[in-house]
Amino acid sequence: MAIIQFHDVYVTSRSAVGGPVEAKGPLAEQFDKCYEDTYCGEDCFEKAERRLLYDASDIALRKAQLQVSDLDVLVGGDLLNQLMSSHYFAKDLQVPFIGMYAACATSSLVIGTAAMWIEHHMASHAMAFTSSHTAAAERQFRFPNEYGIQKKDTTTTTVCGAGAIVLGTKPSNIKVTAFVPGKIVDWNHTDANDMGLAMAPAAYDTLTTYLKESKQKITDFDRIVTGDLSQVGFAFLTDLLTQEQYEIENRLSDCGLMIYDNSKQDVFCGGSGCACSMCVSMSDLLNRLEQGEYHRIMVLATGALLSPVAVQQKGTIPCIAHGIVYERSE
Amino acid sequence: MNQKKIKDTAKKHAPKSHYVKNEVIAFLSGGALAIAAQFVMMAYQTLLGVDEKTAISMTVVTVILITAILTGLGIYDKFAQVCGAGLFIPISGFANSLTACALEGKSEGLIYGIGSNMFKLAGSVLTYGIASAFVFGMIRFILFGG
Repeated sequence: MAIIQFHDVYVTSRSAVGGPVEAKGPLAEQFDKCYEDTYCGEDCFEKAERRLLYDASDIALRKAQLQVSDLDVLVGGDLLNQLMSSHYFAKDLQVPFIGMYAACATSSLVIGTAAMWIEHHMASHAMAFTSSHTAAAERQFRFPNEYGIQKKDTTTTTVCGAGAIVLGTKPSNIKVTAFVPGKIVDWNHTDANDMGLAMAPAAYDTLTTYLKESKQKITDFDRIVTGDLSQVGFAFLTDLLTQEQYEIENRLSDCGLMIYDNSKQDVFCGGSGCACSMCVSMSDLLNRLEQGEYHRIMVLATGALLSPVAVQQKGTIPCIAHGIVYERSE
Repeated sequence: MNQKKIKDTAKKHAPKSHYVKNEVIAFLSGGALAIAAQFVMMAYQTLLGVDEKTAISMTVVTVILITAILTGLGIYDKFAQVCGAGLFIPISGFANSLTACALEGKSEGLIYGIGSNMFKLAGSVLTYGIASAFVFGMIRFILFGG
């Protein structure tokens, strides 16, 4: 496995924007902006997702005191077919653009790619972004939003939100130090309503391969945060790690369990989607790193690379997990 | 880690299905809907003085109308999550699938959006409904002469 180390990549600014359900969640106060309405003032859900993306990027650039023309490259992705949100948003910026898809693991993939551009001095400022919208994703991957089908307990709620991060070479107090691209793990899981369970072995694979190759332990990190395994998948991952005698010592958590209050909010098993790991890392996790509560964390974004067509053709659900290591730089 | 071990561990974490609970709720809610519809039908018969056949058709249309309105208001799916098959099997399930698909297609226009998407989910009910009607109709025609 290739672990890509960075020595000169700093987080210049970051932003997280959420929708109405996220606004009632425990991290709402750390978000830069939250919409009260699922449509975000637009006339359809797809445009609403673009609006979230536009806001996230705008806020990140303002915080960095940069203009669009200062960016050398944009790396982005989302869940919709043909990367609709990213492409229709990026077309207005007139900056070289790389679109990427890794389902809900897109966040780590785009940040890792943007970091490579910075590390090799191919760009002085790069922006990475992802977005997802619960209603737009629901209608593409599952059923129409108002369709009255009884959802399973293991279903996750796609996060309605967007996050953006500006990376640069100018030192700041958060550093991106490694990108751990994962390989696709397919253990012949076929239930598309139980993505947490499907993705946990991919997270396990990327994490344990990284730990073995870099000769590190879970306790070398203040936190290892998986993307969107939800209650079922997270319990499954901890079980797999415990069986193989990894010392967890309460260092693991999951973005999908942090963004909502599962006991009070009606979100089934937790949050998922490209924006889940992005929004949680851009708000809570990097805030804690900046404040010195954490010194070294890994965000292990997990993605179920299913295609609705393949699932109907009785295909399995291939999954992937990409990791990004953030460190506090004094 | 081998696939067998993954599968065995996964089994432990798969939550239990609530078959019995779902069946009881579906029985009660579906039954409640049927009782309500029966009262509506009787009301049509006594208040409007229509015959039974007309009253049945009017009741079906009433259930469809109420379902469509509740779907449009975003309330139906919340009931459906609780009631499951209780609302899915009666005509309300069919009406909801049409309305939900039509609502979803709205942003893509009248023809390619609403028009072609409306039967996206209900289409299979129609396809196999018509196909089986043809088959059984033919059997009846051949055996009993119509």
